[in-house]
Amino acid sequence: MAGWTRRVFAGAAAAALMAFGASAAQAQIKIGAVLSVTGPASFLGDPSKKTLEIYVEQINAAGGINGQRLQLIIYDDGGDANQARTFATRLIEDDKIVAMVGGSTTGTTMAMIPLFEEARIPFISLGGAIQIIDPVRAYTFKTPHTDRMACEKIFQDLQRRRLTNIAMISGTDGFGASMHDQCVAVAPRYGVTIAHTERYGPRDSDMTPQLTNIRNRQGVQAVVNAGFGQGPAIVTRNYAQLQVPHPLYQSHGVASKQFIDLAGDAANGVRLPASALLVASMLPDSDPQKSVVVNYARTFEQKTGQPVSTFGGHAYDGLMILVEAIKKAGADPRKIRDAIEATRGFMGTAGVVNMSATDHMGLDLTAFRMLEIRNRDWTIVPEGGS
Amino acid sequence: MAEFLQFAFSGLTVGAVYALVALGFTLIYNASDVINFAQGEFVMLGGMATVFLSLAGVPVPLAALIAVAATTVVGLALYKLAIDPARGASAVTLIIITIGASIFLRGVASIVFDKRFHSLPHWFGDRPLTVAGASVLPQSLVVLAGALVIVVLLWAFFERTLFGKAVLATAANRVAAKLSGIDTGFVVGFSFAVSAAIGAVAGVLVTPITLTSFDVGTLLALKGFAAAMLGGMGHPVGAVVGGLVVGLLEAFGAGYISSQYKDAMAFIVILAVLFAMPNGLFGRTRIERV
Repeated sequence: MAGWTRRVFAGAAAAALMAFGASAAQAQIKIGAVLSVTGPASFLGDPSKKTLEIYVEQINAAGGINGQRLQLIIYDDGGDANQARTFATRLIEDDKIVAMVGGSTTGTTMAMIPLFEEARIPFISLGGAIQIIDPVRAYTFKTPHTDRMACEKIFQDLQRRRLTNIAMISGTDGFGASMHDQCVAVAPRYGVTIAHTERYGPRDSDMTPQLTNIRNRQGVQAVVNAGFGQGPAIVTRNYAQLQVPHPLYQSHGVASKQFIDLAGDAANGVRLPASALLVASMLPDSDPQKSVVVNYARTFEQKTGQPVSTFGGHAYDGLMILVEAIKKAGADPRKIRDAIEATRGFMGTAGVVNMSATDHMGLDLTAFRMLEIRNRDWTIVPEGGS
Repeated sequence: MAEFLQFAFSGLTVGAVYALVALGFTLIYNASDVINFAQGEFVMLGGMATVFLSLAGVPVPLAALIAVAATTVVGLALYKLAIDPARGASAVTLIIITIGASIFLRGVASIVFDKRFHSLPHWFGDRPLTVAGASVLPQSLVVLAGALVIVVLLWAFFERTLFGKAVLATAANRVAAKLSGIDTGFVVGFSFAVSAAIGAVAGVLVTPITLTSFDVGTLLALKGFAAAMLGGMGHPVGAVVGGLVVGLLEAFGAGYISSQYKDAMAFIVILAVLFAMPNGLFGRTRIERV
């Protein structure tokens, strides 16, 4: 299934609109996306695809960008980096796109970067890892926050609670290993000592031995779990089973209602950094991000009938940053690149984006909210003075 | 000491599941020389079907019964539709067919159910019991008890019933069994059904603790296969002991040595045992008569 291609042209409404404003043989601006719509990373690619389709249709219904219609071409790489590379080549050589949003995973993104750099076409990735934008490459950008920022957000909260000695329990999968390394790297800056480290396999079904060791370790004041999927849910359940007395932190990797469902009452008191999208309706009206996230969440949920996810939000941010850039720069890929890099004060679902020549993500720690789970629901931990 | 007990309970709970998967391997292997790599999928089907039936409003105990029955039918269908038509083929071919079946079942499950993780409520609540300083979930005891009941039932079936003896006879010598009037085809089909049922029961018992999703079967099949090899392929007692040993190795390895190499340590021990005793802990050396 993964190999089949899907071209998404704008709907009939847009066609009618074209006939109506018939005078100009309207040029189209072609943008591309290679997403992992099926396969193991479909939870990333599927909401992204829906988001892009919904908003491109909206933009065209409202008259397009500078009077030009947006044409979106989506290919599904099935989570396979080789496929992604093939489709990227096709987007560049056959479809002649002016810019690209997507690359759902770090793996597919890294495979496509050289092609876009060489063709000098701006590429806004939806992949998570910091390697995508560090070192900075001229044409590569990304919208999701990084795991390093998640570590920093957690450590900030630790500082506020005056906790300095922690234990980490991390998955051995890519996400867990990468976040673990990032946490180790930034810990000294926050005066945090990682006193003990445990690992678990991504498919393990019991982490009580590791957590017993953490519980018995003297001096540990808090525990951070870097992981993704069902592992953190089991860690949380085992944590409650063993009655470990310290605060438990999870990562943004489990920021979904599903985690609460799986971990059940054991999740009470667990804290984790997450994007504002997750708690859109709980944000105070004074929050500058509120209108963006509430609107996106409402649109997505109405059109798809599915709960909103952070991953679709990243696609929304990427598309909107691109649209703003095209508005300013027209349809020349090089000028679009310059305009993307000049993005300042853009309010997206992930937070305020301030790009620069040295920062092609442009998010700071305000992108994350610290949440605490209480009574099977999220609550926002007040940002005391930071 | 509390720590030791904690690791031991962890190892025994996980090990009991491996043991049930290994038992499934053993039953089918004995009846047909086939190593059924779809065994893990039976565990998955038992858990997932129960979850989805209970989501649809069926009370959990009834959902579990239906799930076990449905999985048994799937096991029979696997035999009738995939194994039986290829009856003349070599064991290796049949094993490859079971690998295909496992991929197929996983794919169908991801479509019929979904790709998310699911859980079931604990039977007796999730408040841990404290045993000499170790905290144990009541569900762990349910898993251990369930495994024990299954082993006892199987033992009674093989030792106390005529049909059980017919299965044993088929395992010992298929041609001789056939000549003495045993319907060996039926016996093989029966062993697929029983293996599927055991797998499904394991899935129902363990889902409250370990969670389940459409692809949990792969790893369980691997661990269960390792357990069966460790105990001696084809030896029911060996399968149970092998499963528990693999579970305990993992728990003690992660607890006392390093959690980074938890899986590696279990497999290194298994390799070492198999180097010294190529037929496993309980296996007999086979004598080929020409």
